[in-house]
Amino acid sequence: MPRSKRFLSREGRELRRELLISPAPELGLVAMNGPNDPEPGLELAGDRIVSLDGRAEADFDSLDWFVARYGIDFEVAEEAMARSDDELARMLVDIDVPRAELVRLSRGLTPARLARVVSQLDPVEMMFALKKLRARRAPANQAHVTNLKENPALLAADAAEAAARGFAEVETTVGVSRYAPLNAIAVLVGSQTGRPGVMTQCAVEERRNLQLAIQGLVTYAETLSVYGTEPVFVDGDDTPWSKAFLASAYASRGVKVRFTSGGGSEALMGRSEGKSMLYLEARCLSLIRAAGSQGVQNGSISCVALALSVPAGVREILAENLLAAWLDLEVASGNDAIASHSEIRKTAKLMGQFLPGTDFVTSGYSVMPRYDNMFGGGNYDADDLDEWLTMQRDWQVDAAIEPVAEDELVRVRDKAARAVQAVFAGLGFPAVTDEEVEAATYALDSRDLPDRDRAADVAAADRVLGERISGLDVARALDERGFADVAEAIVGMQQQRVSADYLQTAAIIEPGGTVSSAVNDPNRYEGPGTGYRLEGERWQLLQKLPHELDPRALTGAAAKGNRQVNEVHVAKIGDRSDEVVIAVGPAFADGLRETINGLDHGEVLRAIADGVREAGGEPRLVRVRRISDVAFIGHDGACLSGSGIAIGLQSKGTAVIHRADLQPLDNLELFGMSPLYSLESYRAMGRNAAGYALGHAVGPVPTMMDNFARAKLIVRTTLLHARETEAIVEGAPPVELALTEVP
Amino acid sequence: MAFDPGNDYPLGSRRPDLVTTPSGLALEDVTLEALRDGRLDADDLRATPETLRRQAQIALAAGRKPLADNLARAAELATVPHETILEIYTALRPHRSSAAELEAWAARLEGELAAPLTAAFVREAAEVYGKRGQLARERATV
Repeated sequence: MPRSKRFLSREGRELRRELLISPAPELGLVAMNGPNDPEPGLELAGDRIVSLDGRAEADFDSLDWFVARYGIDFEVAEEAMARSDDELARMLVDIDVPRAELVRLSRGLTPARLARVVSQLDPVEMMFALKKLRARRAPANQAHVTNLKENPALLAADAAEAAARGFAEVETTVGVSRYAPLNAIAVLVGSQTGRPGVMTQCAVEERRNLQLAIQGLVTYAETLSVYGTEPVFVDGDDTPWSKAFLASAYASRGVKVRFTSGGGSEALMGRSEGKSMLYLEARCLSLIRAAGSQGVQNGSISCVALALSVPAGVREILAENLLAAWLDLEVASGNDAIASHSEIRKTAKLMGQFLPGTDFVTSGYSVMPRYDNMFGGGNYDADDLDEWLTMQRDWQVDAAIEPVAEDELVRVRDKAARAVQAVFAGLGFPAVTDEEVEAATYALDSRDLPDRDRAADVAAADRVLGERISGLDVARALDERGFADVAEAIVGMQQQRVSADYLQTAAIIEPGGTVSSAVNDPNRYEGPGTGYRLEGERWQLLQKLPHELDPRALTGAAAKGNRQVNEVHVAKIGDRSDEVVIAVGPAFADGLRETINGLDHGEVLRAIADGVREAGGEPRLVRVRRISDVAFIGHDGACLSGSGIAIGLQSKGTAVIHRADLQPLDNLELFGMSPLYSLESYRAMGRNAAGYALGHAVGPVPTMMDNFARAKLIVRTTLLHARETEAIVEGAPPVELALTEVP
Repeated sequence: MAFDPGNDYPLGSRRPDLVTTPSGLALEDVTLEALRDGRLDADDLRATPETLRRQAQIALAAGRKPLADNLARAAELATVPHETILEIYTALRPHRSSAAELEAWAARLEGELAAPLTAAFVREAAEVYGKRGQLARERATV
């Protein structure tokens, strides 16, 4: 069979680089409601759980033990488990059932039950429930800041940009693990330059991470990964107890912790036990809450492309986020790892979190171009920022990234790079040169930065750990070199460690230094008009993109150049049979002076007239004043024409060849693609019009098409047409025009 | 004024009077001025066990018992040396410790380290590790 060229064309699209697979439950490759998922169930005997989701105590694995011991609230378990899936599902989307009541019930539900209930909801219901169940009132966002050269000036500049754009957290990591202390310092200095209070982390091995925290160089961690089956947990060299202990250890050092989990990881590691992604994630989330984590980074995370390979994968990911929110956990909802090659598919997936808003809409928006993203991420990156900001503006949704003008960002980046230069100088590290500062300020990516002496840098990094160089040492170096404000912000972060308020659920630090969390700023959405709404000053801020234009200024400049026509007298009906009337709109060559394609109106008229004459006709210029619609302009002209033929012409350049005996909205030829026309196009219209007047056989002017013309130019079209319409003189008769002499 | 976990959060802005560093420095004295005057010590800039216990009470008042338990364990661990913490973490990883070794850690946590909640947590781990074969594998003895 020959191949369909359309199928072949589609096979060439980016989307088709990805495999779609039919479900294979035995391999864990099924999104939700897997055939091997257990029936929900809970049996209590006194103060013990003797059966959990169909598994008797004697068969409990370590996850069951952990959840049974710490994760089920006996006081609500019987009540909650007695409710039907259907009833619980309806409560999730009922605005009259408050979040607090749903959270209370969640404490008595088993993993299988939790998974079963959320899988009752369709995608829009899930989004609604997620909006209702988010822990913190307002959404926030997290940034990724890395670069392939691990250049400190560029790290600082990017962290500063992230902070200035409103990211509440900045995460960095390393290519070479010994760099960690330097990267942590660069990101700390940069973020506090951009906006005091931004929390930072450096994703490295736990021991090193804890050490950086103790030295006051980072304030949060989300490296605590958990898995939904015991074998994968053990392969990860942890148990629920070791992870929970680590969480307490971090908290004891003043580090905010969120765990990480996500559907598909167990299948990827070959130990899914034949269970669905959502069920295993429900086990993870029950365990995470039981461990006392305030929150989780979830929604498939690094396995997102695997979840997307199976049917309902995107819905499963949204269900994961929803489950976490229902369990009263802070949710950093993925969208960091690349979900798809297809921009359409990627963004369609994003909407599940973007529209409802989560505590962190992404768990890592790449502030720099993807080239420099060392998380293997960059699902959305520096190049996508205007798209993200525009989508916020389109939906009137706060997805927690702010527009900032170029000059302001350049200033902030420069300051951050200079601040880290000062810190390196103060601590006796290898110098950050002025050349690096300048390159970091204006760079696209690290290829714009000079190479550094990496051996010397890692030696400096070793000194940070060896000499226990602290956040205070960094602040001192800044203060001594004229960066008192940045120094003060870093001291402020040390102060935050002392009060430890950011250990509470979904905490972020507001610009003034106050901690905002689910405790003091909880989400209390209870229907329209309640909860967080993007309005007032915040809406003004998010809608005002730097490249937004004032429409009044757009056509203000249009009336330039000399007036090219004079109105002679009221137009009469012509009597020449070779006559072609060129009927122009009310503002033509007057209030407006050029077409949407930038052609001078006088030139256009001359081109049409030349065309008419070339084909043996006689042009006559008329202005229709009573109406601005091209069909009526043309038809009015045709009624004045001795031949009955006219060309109607709007100021923006849209034209029509009309004949007096046709209905006004009919025509001989319509030229609606004004942005594409040259003077030669108008000359061709003139020739054709004359051909009609003289009764010749006329081949229509070839049609030109640009399907994007409307998207590109509809605003200008609207504004030009508004000017044309403003120039209407109600009931006024057409007037004859004379072209003024070309100087 | 007595501490009210339902109303006093954030401690930093609502009850700074309750918050000090381990050496007793008031929260409001953690400033750039103090740094310039040499009154700040990096090792002293962290939450006290008392502050972490208050955060645990705040979490409990907000209905988050597991988080409160975690913060209560954190309060115990705040004074435990860093290396000891990392040793306990390693001991809790799968197949690292015998039941006796975990019990020894539990006893030390309970006694010397004054961390009874964490001690109980380690004992619970040991019990489950025993059931699930996650204790250290028997080493062949000569």
